[in-house]
Amino acid sequence: MERQEYNITAYTENQIGLLNRIAIIFSRRKINIESLNTSPSEIDGIHRFNIVIVETEEVVRKIAGQIEKQVEVLKVYYNTNEDVIWQEMALYKVPTDVIAEKALVERLLRENGARAVVIRKDYTVFETTGHREETDNLIKVLQPYGLIEFVRSARIAIIKDSEGFNKKLREFEQREPGSEVVENEYLNSREKVFTM
Amino acid sequence: MQTQPATAPATIAPETTPTSGAVATLQALIAEGVDTIFGYPGGAIIPIYDALYDFKEQLHHVLVRHEQGGIHAAQGYARSSGRVGVVFATSGPGATNLVTGLADAQIDSTPLVCITGQVFASLLGTDAFQETDIINITTPVTKWNYQITDATEIPEVLAKAFYIARSGRPGPVLIDITKNAQIQRFDFTGYTPCQHIRSYRPKPIVRNEYVEQAAALINQAKKPFIIWGQGVMLGGAEQEFKTFVEKSGIPAAWTILGVDALPTDHPLNVGMLGMHGNYGPNVLTNECDVLIAIGMRFDDRVTGRLDKYAKQAQIIHLDIDPTEIGKNVPTAVPVWGDCKETLPLLTALIEEKQHTAWRQHFDEFRDQEVAAVIQNELFPTSEELTMGEVIQQLNELTNGDAIIVTDVGQHQMVACRYTKFNQSRSNITSGGLGTMGFSLPAAIGAKFGAPDRTVVAVIGDGGVQMTIQELGTIMQTGVNVKILILNNQFLGMVRQWQELFNDRRYSFVDIASPDYVQVAKGYYIEGQRVSERANLRNALRTMLEHDGSYLLEVMVTKENNIFPMVPQGCSVAEIRLK
Repeated sequence: MERQEYNITAYTENQIGLLNRIAIIFSRRKINIESLNTSPSEIDGIHRFNIVIVETEEVVRKIAGQIEKQVEVLKVYYNTNEDVIWQEMALYKVPTDVIAEKALVERLLRENGARAVVIRKDYTVFETTGHREETDNLIKVLQPYGLIEFVRSARIAIIKDSEGFNKKLREFEQREPGSEVVENEYLNSREKVFTM
Repeated sequence: MQTQPATAPATIAPETTPTSGAVATLQALIAEGVDTIFGYPGGAIIPIYDALYDFKEQLHHVLVRHEQGGIHAAQGYARSSGRVGVVFATSGPGATNLVTGLADAQIDSTPLVCITGQVFASLLGTDAFQETDIINITTPVTKWNYQITDATEIPEVLAKAFYIARSGRPGPVLIDITKNAQIQRFDFTGYTPCQHIRSYRPKPIVRNEYVEQAAALINQAKKPFIIWGQGVMLGGAEQEFKTFVEKSGIPAAWTILGVDALPTDHPLNVGMLGMHGNYGPNVLTNECDVLIAIGMRFDDRVTGRLDKYAKQAQIIHLDIDPTEIGKNVPTAVPVWGDCKETLPLLTALIEEKQHTAWRQHFDEFRDQEVAAVIQNELFPTSEELTMGEVIQQLNELTNGDAIIVTDVGQHQMVACRYTKFNQSRSNITSGGLGTMGFSLPAAIGAKFGAPDRTVVAVIGDGGVQMTIQELGTIMQTGVNVKILILNNQFLGMVRQWQELFNDRRYSFVDIASPDYVQVAKGYYIEGQRVSERANLRNALRTMLEHDGSYLLEVMVTKENNIFPMVPQGCSVAEIRLK
């Protein structure tokens, strides 16, 4: 089976130590994480991991199962790049005098879909978002103008076909009633189970 | 249903006065039906031990001699009783000494709750005295772990810990409680057992279409074969399993952790799978047309070379853990779910059959194995004693009713191959991790978990020296454990491999033993050594009939090999009889 980039999306509780628990699933199999982003999701208290690895589908399927098996993980999806809309963000710091004097800044920004985030006397910071090759491109363009510093974010991705996790979560909770329901039932029979 | 506590968790009434975290911890244990704790005190867990002083009537604490002994004892307790084993240890070295047992419990799906003390929260991360980051150390070897730094978290976290440890596929949980949280007083608003965690679904939903597909495959099969593991027992599905096997008429073989789910003498029980399993089950794995795997995980010791494993068969896999299905072997039909639920559904849809001709194949292989291996092992004509004949004599005297606790190695393979088991929860061994030193402490725990049963720790001369200090636990508690050391004066299994695969280069496997009988006497435990066949049976009888613990050392053949054997890297069909 062919190795390719896979985007793993995990919905989890917001719990200390979970990042380590998930990271271990990769490191014990000696799989390198190409990109990792965690952020709150649209649901209160539920976080979302975006993890990118280069592997075969068989390996990714097993890894996704192992992540979903963790107690604090609600749901895991894995998708190829074709199945997701994804973006990375990059920042570029260049000397303002050089860029102002030598580059056709306006053209440069337009051609690369960039925008200036900060303009100071000593340096200017540009930002672009896009796929790797797009953000890589501006590095090449800016290099002759004395690129001082470059940084790129982890990848974030939205799955094209899914209906999002909201609906899935509602299904889960309908199937297995939440603690409120169980506790209420329990409270009703408290007299019978009371031992101390 | 999964492994259930004998006593249902109970709600505890709110305390009217502020309660310490330590007292709340013990009240949580009582509410969960805990009656026995294995542990070792230390500085960071003193508040809990101090509170325990007032709970001695309700919570029986067993003082072990080493934390590794404590956790193996808790494993033995859990495995013999079906309840959650509980361990206390202090911070730092106390906690790190639990790691081997946690790894063992994780791979063998044993429900444990370990409570470790930790330095004050204000000292975390400062390399304080006896501080280790036990949460990160134990993350890969626990089903779940959590650090409590505030006493108010204790009731809810412990409720979660017990629920996670015992539900679904059971496993070990570690809760680390900082010393300030143990001391801190808070308004204890009562203890409510956990019945639900938002992000945790212990049992997958049974999908009927897969059960129907599995039944259709089974009904069409000409040469079906059942292989089962510990999942049958963890699901409490022994009866459902027996009914399924009997209606289907399909021969069934076991992994070493599953052996006691079906009586050894059952006519459809065809023996053990894997590296030192029986000849027929291994060879015929590569001849069956439908392979029905129940509550087992296709460990490499069972499958041998995967690319040559049961390639001709359609595989049906019943398991509560969806990640086990398709992990090692491609599965034609996955039956997700607790086998207590799925087996009756499957039984209802299958036709009653006999498979007489197919079963005869197993008998033929059995006859070959008896002639080539078993006869010589159980009824040797040589002068020296064999491990097999010791187990055979033990079988006859215990009538298959004893709990047999083993370590890892040759004695383990012999004990699992030749012991007769009549009832469930009788075979306690370190399966997945293969932990030397497991048997003696696990046997102590097994006896506390099943006080009415005879418990025999069968141990090699290597393994017993790894946790021999637990003789002190036997001495102090007076627990009645029979210790049967099979002494071949070698690290026998390693020596066997060196003989077969390393040109007999016996590199550091020649291990000397102390005078075990004298050592036992030092701990006020009776014992004797036997090396003559004429004395064996009487010695075993003396051991079993002795009022209290007893150590019997049997000197067995030094260079005996365990056969059959599937050499590593070979297909199960390439199993060797010699």
